[in-house]
Amino acid sequence: MQASPLAHHFENIEKQSHAERLGMWLFLASEVLLFTALFAAYAVYRYLYSDAFAEASRAIETWFGLVNTIILVTSSFTVALGLNEAVKGNGKKTGLWFAVSVAFAIAFLALKAVEYSHHFQEGQLPGRYYSFHELQAPGASLFFSLYFLITGLHGVHVIVGMTILAVVGVKAARGKYTAAYHTPVELAGLYWHLVDLIWIFVFPLIYLV
Amino acid sequence: MSPSHASDVPVYNPRNYLNSPATGLKSWLLTQDHKRIGVMFLVAASVFFAVGGLFAMLIRIELLTPGPTIMDAMTYNRLFTLHGVVMIFLFMIPAIPSGFGNFLVPLMLGAKDVAFPKLNLLSFYLYMLGAVVALYGMIHGGADTGWTFYTPYSTTTVTKVVPILLGAFILGFSSILTGLNFIVTTHTMRAPGIGWNRVPLFVWSIYATSIIQILATPVLGMTLLLVAVENAFGWGIFDPARGGDPVLFQHFFWFYSHPAVYIMVLPAMAVISEVVCAFSRKNIFGYKAVAYSSLGIAFVGFFTWGHHLFVSGQSAFDAGVFGVLSMFVGIFTAIKVFNWTATLYQGSIAFKTPFAYFVGFLFFLVFGGMTGVAVATVSLDVHWHDTYFVVAHFHFIMVGATVMAFLAALHYWFPKITGRMYPEGWGLVGAVMVILGFNFTFIPQFLLGNEGMPRRYFSYPERFWALNVASTAGASVLAMGLVIVLVYLLISLKWGPIAGPNPWHSRGYEWDTASPPLPENFEETPVYTRGPHEYDEDSYANPPPVAPEPKHAS
Repeated sequence: MQASPLAHHFENIEKQSHAERLGMWLFLASEVLLFTALFAAYAVYRYLYSDAFAEASRAIETWFGLVNTIILVTSSFTVALGLNEAVKGNGKKTGLWFAVSVAFAIAFLALKAVEYSHHFQEGQLPGRYYSFHELQAPGASLFFSLYFLITGLHGVHVIVGMTILAVVGVKAARGKYTAAYHTPVELAGLYWHLVDLIWIFVFPLIYLV
Repeated sequence: MSPSHASDVPVYNPRNYLNSPATGLKSWLLTQDHKRIGVMFLVAASVFFAVGGLFAMLIRIELLTPGPTIMDAMTYNRLFTLHGVVMIFLFMIPAIPSGFGNFLVPLMLGAKDVAFPKLNLLSFYLYMLGAVVALYGMIHGGADTGWTFYTPYSTTTVTKVVPILLGAFILGFSSILTGLNFIVTTHTMRAPGIGWNRVPLFVWSIYATSIIQILATPVLGMTLLLVAVENAFGWGIFDPARGGDPVLFQHFFWFYSHPAVYIMVLPAMAVISEVVCAFSRKNIFGYKAVAYSSLGIAFVGFFTWGHHLFVSGQSAFDAGVFGVLSMFVGIFTAIKVFNWTATLYQGSIAFKTPFAYFVGFLFFLVFGGMTGVAVATVSLDVHWHDTYFVVAHFHFIMVGATVMAFLAALHYWFPKITGRMYPEGWGLVGAVMVILGFNFTFIPQFLLGNEGMPRRYFSYPERFWALNVASTAGASVLAMGLVIVLVYLLISLKWGPIAGPNPWHSRGYEWDTASPPLPENFEETPVYTRGPHEYDEDSYANPPPVAPEPKHAS
């Protein structure tokens, strides 16, 4: 059906899996640092303009964030269920669970889009586009600059993660992986967990604090 | 061990990575062979080195006389920005790690390839894409911000900073992927017998570099993206008019860009550790100290960024802390310098071209490092800040060390990469001109800076004239030296004498295969029972003849 999953330059499948996992973890570390720059900027401006940031945080609707958190956490769970099936060698069920997760991801993005359109109507926009009349404190536009940067970058990651889940899910459903070798399923799951994990930080930072 | 030491008669290896599996352009552009990718990186980086060097020469000609010489102020601003961007992002950061690292790391570990060959090729294309995007910005208007893109100026300038920022952002991805590949390769693909205490020092240094690449580059990527967003759409992150903080940019920028200095210098140290062993025919003195000090530099490098902000309104306490932390780098560097010097002791030194560059390297590293400790001292830095003293300092340490190591590597591994030798006599002539030219270029700049000539200005008072002429004269010698090197290396590609598998009789693992190496690196996976730098007692007491005499076939 398909060529052996072992690439020519590895001696055995264990070494290859080890290399792939290590590579993914390093990549995730560098992803975390990508967000860290934004979080650091957020921390600095929150310190400089604590009142404006608190006001702005209250001005956005918490329930959007809450529902999205629930959606993402659930999707992480379904990804884990899919991986669990992959370990047992049930490719079809893995594909099914991943499809469910992709559906959650789409729901997340849809809700985010609705939320964005609210901000557009209210004029809660970054920098020079800011025109939210109810909050005119200095620094408020910075909150929304960072809000769009952080959630936007996270949104890009959701799209990427969703695509990875879809591709790996289809491959799994076609029986490409076995109980002995399913590292790509694992790595897709890891990536999705990172996307979820970052949101777990974003949610309290932006909606709750 | 492979039988490469058996014969002293050099034979060209007929089946090698250069001609198999195919020789066409497509077989190169779509290759996943780390050796071919390394060569492509080397060629591209060398071209950019020439471009950046040309800009440098134009800058020096402009500064030959006070007032306008060959260009107006705006052109000058663009030129020094492009010089910095090209040299740093397109040459110094990728040249040794992505070029020589790609070629050598798997060979030195007895592996068939890097862990992720496709990712490796992607990294090369990201590099080219980043270069094209940045060059687009340069051709259509350029930027006048300096390579540091300091805000708030970079967010308001009308020159084309956005494509250059995006280009640098894409180059960052290339850097991250290469670093990731090397770390995974070093962890998982070492041949039997290569424990952590037998990993060649070159690989150790590249490994430390990779850690910095993975951890620091994303922060720079984000920062450059923020500046681009701000310049294009006015989002206000660093704009004081909208409540933003321009100094925050400096913190972010130097959080990457100071460690990036070690992305340039650590690979240079990687090369030097190999060269010093091969040309003194001795095992390295203090293997572990040299290996771990690389990690030390990588670690401490993350806590030094604040020394760029001594005059940006930082508190005196912060400045003191960053000053002291910066000096720690000097300690780790000194560990290496002393160990290299101790390696020479009672060695059987072959004063070949790579060794000449080693000597130059040592001078530039120590002199540049000492002035580095000086500028890490707050009170002194306040005097020298933004003067030519700083320009001279970072050229000595970054450019001096990196270019010396790059040229040493080019000569030392030339036979491995091409299977041919370069002419030794011309090699030494080139080395002497490059090293002397470099000194004559930048020593006057130390003096200029100390007398108060500010950097980045295209004109200056007449009292700085003489030293500027000296500097430009030195730059001409340097340029001529580099042209000589380029010419004889290009000639040697086709007409150089056949080198044989190991012309230096080096003990480095990478020499245990044919030159040029087989497409799959080794006939069979090698098994090692010795360290990578272990020369026998009698191998340096009675050294074998090093390198065949160069003869040009007509």
